[in-house]
Amino acid sequence: MSHHIIQADNLKYKYPDGRQALNGVAFKITHGESVGIVGANGAGKSTLLMHLVGVLFPDEGEIMIGDVPVTKKTLPLIRQRVGMVFQDPDDQLFMTTVYDDVAFGPRNYKLPEEEVEKRVISSLDTVGILHLKDRPPYKLSGGEKRAAAIATVLAMNPDILVMDEPTSSLDPKSRRRLIRLLQSFTHTKIIATHDLDMVFELCERTIVLKDGRVITDGPTEKILCDAELMEECGLELPLGLQGCPVCGTKKPI
Amino acid sequence: MSNPADSLYNIRILDEFADKKSIIHDVHPLMKVLTTGAYLLVTVSFSNYELSGMLPLIFYPVIIMTLADIPMVPVFKRVLLALPLIIGIGLFNPIYDKSPMLVLPWITISGGWVSFFAILIKGFLTILAALILIATTGMTRIASALRTIRIPGVFIIQLLLTYRYIAVLVEEAGRIVRAYSLRSAGEKGIKFRDWGSLTGHLLIRSIERAQRVYRSMCCRGFTGEYHIGREKGIGIGDILYFAGWSLSFVIIRYFNIPEMIGWVMMGVRR
Repeated sequence: MSHHIIQADNLKYKYPDGRQALNGVAFKITHGESVGIVGANGAGKSTLLMHLVGVLFPDEGEIMIGDVPVTKKTLPLIRQRVGMVFQDPDDQLFMTTVYDDVAFGPRNYKLPEEEVEKRVISSLDTVGILHLKDRPPYKLSGGEKRAAAIATVLAMNPDILVMDEPTSSLDPKSRRRLIRLLQSFTHTKIIATHDLDMVFELCERTIVLKDGRVITDGPTEKILCDAELMEECGLELPLGLQGCPVCGTKKPI
Repeated sequence: MSNPADSLYNIRILDEFADKKSIIHDVHPLMKVLTTGAYLLVTVSFSNYELSGMLPLIFYPVIIMTLADIPMVPVFKRVLLALPLIIGIGLFNPIYDKSPMLVLPWITISGGWVSFFAILIKGFLTILAALILIATTGMTRIASALRTIRIPGVFIIQLLLTYRYIAVLVEEAGRIVRAYSLRSAGEKGIKFRDWGSLTGHLLIRSIERAQRVYRSMCCRGFTGEYHIGREKGIGIGDILYFAGWSLSFVIIRYFNIPEMIGWVMMGVRR
């Protein structure tokens, strides 16, 4: 399954305003892994994700998705393999109905309309909002919008799912539903987030970014439980590992 | 139009109408585009003094709206938004053109007033026809119809993205105005000195937002062409629709129907 491997090699990227967002990022993610990318605001998480789908290109270094380097020429192939869920679902939903929004990707790849329909129905069914298919997206609730945004990506049948803050602005129940949904996916998952509890539940591996560099990369349990490391990177222990707010007792790790 | 967020809903309401099902919605989009084109041509071809002749043109929008089950009030409201512009165009006609056109015992109506009303009606009808086309067809299907008659893709993308980004712009404006009004200590409107920075912000924020929307489109394989899925072929009914309307427009153009009805009513024969 070498085509699902994601390899980043010495990625460097500077924004036009001179800010060095990535400063030598390197990692290798293999098939079926769930990886959490964490770090304080401005650590370079979103910039890194943009590189994975070829929205931005590195000034130095290279990203390989399987055997294919991410370049302008390979973009159609890359974007079919790597599906990106944006932070704000409103950015991803722009058609008049949920159905058309989910069909947008498959139609761009000129699939026959029967296949498009099959994919749309199956993706909407997977995220549990098939009954909303004829509704205009702007009338959905936050959780429904997020589900629709994920469906738009699933309809492309990607091998790799890249998500930017998937649980932001979700109520606790929608967040729980989303975590369960993501747990059921067998895709390779790369999730950039501040929701460390979700990373703890969902990802077996975590990459910590700080000032555009990988500070550490390893098993989630080891990294997220390291209070000193978390503090150093502008983070803190996941809430689930912190003391009880009433009696102060700490959970045994 | 008091609240930008309301007008956002108003923009999108036409799209919602386009998702209804009716005989008119079923007509092939290309035929509807051509019919609207024919209607616009006939409407603007009337001279500014042929007020009575163009009156039967109102039947087209009324019939379409009734058959397509589109409520009149929201559509008429949208036409009213453009009315100040039309009034601006015809404003000076009554002032400069004072030649008497219709002399009645108690009032003399000048040519200027007649042409002013003719411009008003023409503007009203043409905008109404365009809005009805959007409300019965939807922008994406209109785009696909334009594509079939070989309009260059770049123009169609311009049209579609402008239409989509209006909503983005209004949404951003709504947020800025809301944030401003919450901190403006109960004052109404926006102070003149704040206009510059507010519009600057609006521009930057909507460009950023538009870029994010564009990125998400690119991530799903957008290469500059919209595909709207299954579109049925043009049937005989669609052709009859276009032919029927075009014929009626031509009749309305060449025969002054209200005048003829007047003759019949008065028992006058030529």
